[in-house]
Amino acid sequence: MSDALLEVHDLKVTFGGQGREVYAVDGVSYSVYAGQTLAIVGESGSGKTVSCRAVMGLLPPSAVVTGSARFQGIQLIGLTDDQLREHRGANVAMVFQDPARSLNPTMRIGTQIAEAVTTHHHVSKAQAKEQAVELLRLVHMPLPERRCVEYPHQLSGGMRQRVMIAIALACRPRLLIADEATTALDVTTQAQIMELLLELQAELGMALMLISHDLGLAASYADEVIVMYAGRIVEQAPAARLFEQVRMPYTQALFEAIPRLERPAHTPLPVIGGRPPDAAMLPQGCSFAPRCRRAADDCRAAAPPLAEHEPGHRWACWHPVPPGSGGPDAD
Amino acid sequence: MPTDAAPLLQVKDLVQEFTVRETGGVRGGTVHAVSGVCFDVRPGETLGIVGETGSGKSTLARSILQAPRPKSGAVLFRGADLVTLRGTRLLQARRYLQMVFQDPFGSLDPKWRVRDLVEEPLIAYKTGDRNTRRRRVDEVLELVGLDPAGHGGRRPRELSGGQAQRVAIARAIALNPALVICDEAVSSLDVLIQAQVLNLFEQLRAELGLSYLFIAHDLALVKQVSDRVAVMYLGKLCEVGPGETVYRQPLHPYTRALLDSVPGSPQARAKKTIRGEPPSPIHPPSGCRFRTRCPRAEQRCADEEPVMRELATGHSVACHFPLVPVARSTPHSEEKIARGPR
Repeated sequence: MSDALLEVHDLKVTFGGQGREVYAVDGVSYSVYAGQTLAIVGESGSGKTVSCRAVMGLLPPSAVVTGSARFQGIQLIGLTDDQLREHRGANVAMVFQDPARSLNPTMRIGTQIAEAVTTHHHVSKAQAKEQAVELLRLVHMPLPERRCVEYPHQLSGGMRQRVMIAIALACRPRLLIADEATTALDVTTQAQIMELLLELQAELGMALMLISHDLGLAASYADEVIVMYAGRIVEQAPAARLFEQVRMPYTQALFEAIPRLERPAHTPLPVIGGRPPDAAMLPQGCSFAPRCRRAADDCRAAAPPLAEHEPGHRWACWHPVPPGSGGPDAD
Repeated sequence: MPTDAAPLLQVKDLVQEFTVRETGGVRGGTVHAVSGVCFDVRPGETLGIVGETGSGKSTLARSILQAPRPKSGAVLFRGADLVTLRGTRLLQARRYLQMVFQDPFGSLDPKWRVRDLVEEPLIAYKTGDRNTRRRRVDEVLELVGLDPAGHGGRRPRELSGGQAQRVAIARAIALNPALVICDEAVSSLDVLIQAQVLNLFEQLRAELGLSYLFIAHDLALVKQVSDRVAVMYLGKLCEVGPGETVYRQPLHPYTRALLDSVPGSPQARAKKTIRGEPPSPIHPPSGCRFRTRCPRAEQRCADEEPVMRELATGHSVACHFPLVPVARSTPHSEEKIARGPR
């Protein structure tokens, strides 16, 4: 495989300080390649969003970020705000969950897109407006000229998200991060937006990162899937591989808890008890051990390292799910 | 499932419309939120209603509860038409018809303790004395998997999302209802907590003989808990049938599109999704409301409104050109390909 576009190594993010440090992200490493789709999956508070925002330099000053994140060889951690602003937009762009809150309600759609264009390129107002229409066409917005003079409240949720993607694409970023970008949308709209993202990725040769709580969505649209729990990566594999064979019991629990159309009605969903641990009071061993069906004494004694046990398949578990005993499609 | 029993809830030709006003109170148009919806819920049955944002599913739920009153139609609950009832008689009838909403923190008073929150409906309906009420509160809290001693004294902000939703469920079942309407009741929860709460709904159904009207946008989730599933689009039902049949052999093109949009395995990626946006409920299309996005639409769909007709036992569709069922001979892994994009 070619050189990585983004290489994150041993990224750690702590909040608080003064003896009571909370690790939101604890030693995360991954690489993103051009043309590839990487999904980071986890529950609320697993650190998936914080780890991405750390790379973007979007965390509040109270967060302490250590480790390394190289974008095309350039170290991002430790850059000043001005240097980061240069890097954002031109290289990396982000699409968030709630398009209604990310757009300015008092500005016309076209003006907002043109603003993104002029921030990074020296073009005339007229040229920027032209590009705005062009970008709306790129994201398959019906009647782009008319939409340009409309306000966000006049658009549906799916159309607003298309506008957000148009803004994100304004500077032709090499990496697009979609943070729960389809979570607030309906299923049919979600499918349209996901198809649009993949189509644009192929067309523009971008790398795509999907941050999502939805393992089903991640596994069906991504090439590579990372599962996070309590600030750490617990399993990483190509999406197709993960569907065949889950090894980490947490990933298995996530898969099993999703209601699936193939399941007969009224059959109880396999559930695990408990809740994710408080980041301030992580257990000594594996952070999933208190909820794990397979946990033994060694799990509570020491945390298992994330290691590549099989080609392309990494997991952090002392007692992984034995092969053949069930990917989600095995039932 | 007793299919011949008298329905617990019968909704007949329910219509709900709202007037939108523009600047200065000028009448801007009418939102056709619910347009002539008919369905039954039998005792002990769960009817799932699936629909996207703006399909009118939440308005339907509220119209059943008479909050606000529907424009026209009938809602027969245990024999009484709620639409004609007023005052105390409506309150008494509604006692056995409870609702659980999407956001538990929005529906629980943040200043109240859990025990008082669950006791409130009992006080409102003047049930028993203080001691019997307290006993009932403990009983109900146990039933929803909360510890009366541990959680009873807490306030909503001291609870997790899943626990708060359990409190909302405890409130709903405290009065021994016959029917509980769940409006996106698990949609805001993380997947592992969501599975726990779904299992709780199922457990309560079995233990208390409850019926549910289970409303959600997620078809897989609705199917998991429902005996029958109704699909709603732009204020109208387009298909009703047993959950398994609707999934295996959908008759309405919109149901097909919903099924194809569910993220599944990597193979599912090649599917074609429907294009475009749902039309405005202020100006719904003539004839069939789905025709503007339907791959099978013809002139007839614009001219003539399709009526709901039963094509197989208990499986009805409102479509002029329903999908021809594909003969099933293979297990579901191959079936996906067999009934793939047309």
